[in-house]
This record gives sequence, structure tokens and C-alpha cells, in this order.
Amino acid sequence: MTEPRYTPLRARHEALGASFTDFGGWQMPVRYTSDLAEHHAVRQAAGVFDISHMAEFTVRGGAAAEYLDYALAGRLSAMSIGKAKYSLLLSEDGGIIDDVIVYRLQADDFLIISNAGNRDAVREALTARVGEVEGDVAVADVSDDYALIAVQGPKAAEIVASIEGIDDVSVPWDEQKYYAWASAVYRGKPLLLARTGYTGEDGFELLVDAADAADLWDAALAAGTEHGLVPAGLAARDTLRLEAGMPLYGNELSRETVPAQAGLGRVVVSDKERFVGKAALADGATGTGTQAGRTLIGLSAEGRRAGRAGYPVVLEDGTVVGEITSGALSPTLGHPIAMAYVNPSHAEEGADLFLDVRGTKIPATRTALPFYRRKK
Amino acid sequence: MTDLNTLKYSEEHEWVALDGTTATIGITDFAADALGDIVFVELPEVGAEFRRGDVFGEAESTKSVSELYAPVTGTVVEINDAVVDDPALLNSSPFGDAWLIKVEVADGALDGLLDRDAYVAHTEA
Repeated sequence: MTEPRYTPLRARHEALGASFTDFGGWQMPVRYTSDLAEHHAVRQAAGVFDISHMAEFTVRGGAAAEYLDYALAGRLSAMSIGKAKYSLLLSEDGGIIDDVIVYRLQADDFLIISNAGNRDAVREALTARVGEVEGDVAVADVSDDYALIAVQGPKAAEIVASIEGIDDVSVPWDEQKYYAWASAVYRGKPLLLARTGYTGEDGFELLVDAADAADLWDAALAAGTEHGLVPAGLAARDTLRLEAGMPLYGNELSRETVPAQAGLGRVVVSDKERFVGKAALADGATGTGTQAGRTLIGLSAEGRRAGRAGYPVVLEDGTVVGEITSGALSPTLGHPIAMAYVNPSHAEEGADLFLDVRGTKIPATRTALPFYRRKK
Repeated sequence: MTDLNTLKYSEEHEWVALDGTTATIGITDFAADALGDIVFVELPEVGAEFRRGDVFGEAESTKSVSELYAPVTGTVVEINDAVVDDPALLNSSPFGDAWLIKVEVADGALDGLLDRDAYVAHTEA
């Protein structure tokens, strides 16, 4: 049993009355007041999230871009400086070790943000792959140096632009694009403003020196309160990301899942000369274990009873054809939604599928992901 | 406001108020807080019979599902439709408007349940 870890914002969360939950070994705020109020605030105004538990790695050196083309599923060498890209870290057998966001900071300088629970696995895989490419590459785990604060919601840009103490922003606020970043300074130290997020809304993720995280959190709240910004916890983050159809490692993604099963085939650039996992995927790898030969779909149902992770997806006669990986009563849509792995023969539109909710069969309709799409 | 000291409590976080032979049953604020925002409640039919410890319903929040355990043995004589229609009442008024069911019970039905101090000690354990 390892000691629970806390982010640099622990005292702030406690002062706000947060309930905590274990997440990947971290004690994280699950809610401050109400899951639903926090969820709706992000859809209608903005929420501020502590995501400092996530892990950060730098990849630097003359061969950094070529190295990432080999180590990850995407073609990161084709990314412009200033951009961000979603990618996958695969195992030799094509399974997903983690999903990550890669930022190209300079030609030979990249930042990778990975899931908290996979920090060790990502570090091990990235480090092991350094020796498999020629040229100069250095991978460093800088997770403990930084805190990450997300401001998400339709008012996020307005709020972040008005946070006191942020100076020297490298890109004018009205020119900052989604899945891109700008550099800035907060309290004299470098700040990365990444216009990315996990909620389906516009938003920013602010990477700041861990020592300044509490001040930046306070400044974000001070700037945002008049716009309706509230602190939001993991419960809201999970219902928001589910509505946005984003897969969660440990639910939709695992070492037993190959990208195409999770609807992430487009993330794999298979015409690269070589990358880890290529041979297995070329051989038509279908994953192993319970996910073998299954495909991820979205399901919607009527009423208010939600299917939960682990519940079976069944046919009318009770035949099990799949399993829910994430499910909730959608706060925004007002009806139950779920992501589930099902046998491909039952994945087509119009299939007669049911959620087995503790013995009760609830009719479900195949729904294209995402369930929720923000208005542009 | 209900005087919480007049209620009895189960270790599974239900409360009971006894009036004659009619026991009103709800869930505690501790349970409601732990669940988060409650969005769905399933209650039994009037006439259903339960023994102490049986599952008599479910409360679902955005994040989780919790079974409701009967703290007493008896027969359901009334259910609270208001809380079925608006499960958020369980968060806002767990000891008041959000009672769940009324049960006809026999003598001694409350034996073995916790008083307020013991229940609070249980939740802090």
C-alpha cells in the first residue's frame, strides 16, 4: 500500500469543502458542492479543474521528432511548432499503453502529457525506446515540477485572458487555436497555455511551476467568478468527457485494446516505415481478453436508469453481446448514455440492443459519438 | 426541521422515525453526500413486505448506484412519490421532504438500531 498523493492544491480543495477520491493513487477532489451544478457550469459558463495528477514528459534532441514517430502511433514529425496532437503509446502487440497529448514546443523539443495512473508505464516505454533510434534524444519525467490547471467552458477564453499575473503571451488571445499552445509568464516563470481539454468545451490547460499552482488557482477563480466559473471535480469531469465521447484509459482503453476497436484507427499512421506496434496491427491484431474482436459504440436509452461500467449489453433474448465501459444519466441531454464494446455483428445502426441494468433490460439505440457537441 | 436525536439509524445509513406502528424510512445526509447528486430512485410497491436487511430499492447518482436496505421488518403502506419525481430532494432534504417509504411494523422493530450518537460515531469510524 503506497501513501496517497496530493497535488499542490490540496489546501485549496480542502478550504473549498471538496470530497476526495482515490484516482490512480492520487487523492483528488471528486466534487466541491454538486456534480450536476459543476457539470452544468462547464457547459454554460466555465469550470476550473485541478489536473496536476497527470504526468508530463519532455522529449528533446536532434532526433526527437523521428524518435516520436517510432515511439508513438502518430506522425509527430509532421506537426508544426505551436500545435498539440492526440496520440497513442502502443505496445509491440498493438495494445494501448496510454493515450497522450503531444505538444511541439520547438523543432527538437516536445512535451507529452499522459494519464496519472500510467506514469510509470509511459516513462518505462519512452525510455526503453530511446535506444532504438539513432541520434540525440533525451526523455525526462518532469511530472513533479509542474502543476496543471484546466479552465473549461464557453467562457474559458475570456476568463483565462483576464487572469491577473499572466504576461508575455506569445500568441494574441484572439488568434489562439484549438489544439495549439502559447507560451506566457506567470509570476516570472514560464507558463504553457494549451488550448486543449477533455470536456467537449473550449478551454485551456495551464502548465505552471508547481510552486505557483495555488496562486494561479486563486487568480483563475478571482478572474472567473463573475463569469460563472466554479471549481469542478472528477465526477463532473467524467460525465463531461463521456458526453463528449472521449475514451478514458482504464474504461475504454487498455493494453488489451487495439486502436481500431476503440474508434481510434485514425490516430495510427500505418504507412510510417516503422513504429512500435506496427507489425501486430498489420497482422490484424484484434486485442486480447474480453475486448478481443469487439468494437466501441455509443448507446442512448430512454428514462433515467443508467447502465454502468461492467454491465452487459444484451439482445432481447438475453444473449450477451457486449459490455458497457462507461455509462451515466447524461446531465446535459437528460437521458442515459453509455459507451460499450460489442461484437461487431451487433454494432450496426438499428441493432436491437438492451442494457442489462441489474436484471432489467432497457432498450438502447446505437448513437454516433460524441453524444454532445458544442455549438461553434 | 426533524430532531435528528429522535430518529434511529442503521449502519447502512437509513434512518427510521416511529409513530405508533408506522415507521417512516429515509437515507441519511451522510449517505446522500457520499452518493453525490442523486438522479434516480426506485422504491417498492405499497404492500411489499420486507425483512430487516432486505434490499427495498435503489438510489442512483451520476457516478454510482446504491442499494437501499430495509432497517426494519414490515409491510410498505406508503411511498413518497415526490422523491421519485425529484430525486434531488434526497440531497437537499434527506431528513425532511425526502423520506422514502412508510412501513407498518411490529413491536420491537427498532431493537438493535443505532441512536444518533452511535450513528455519528459509526460514520466517523
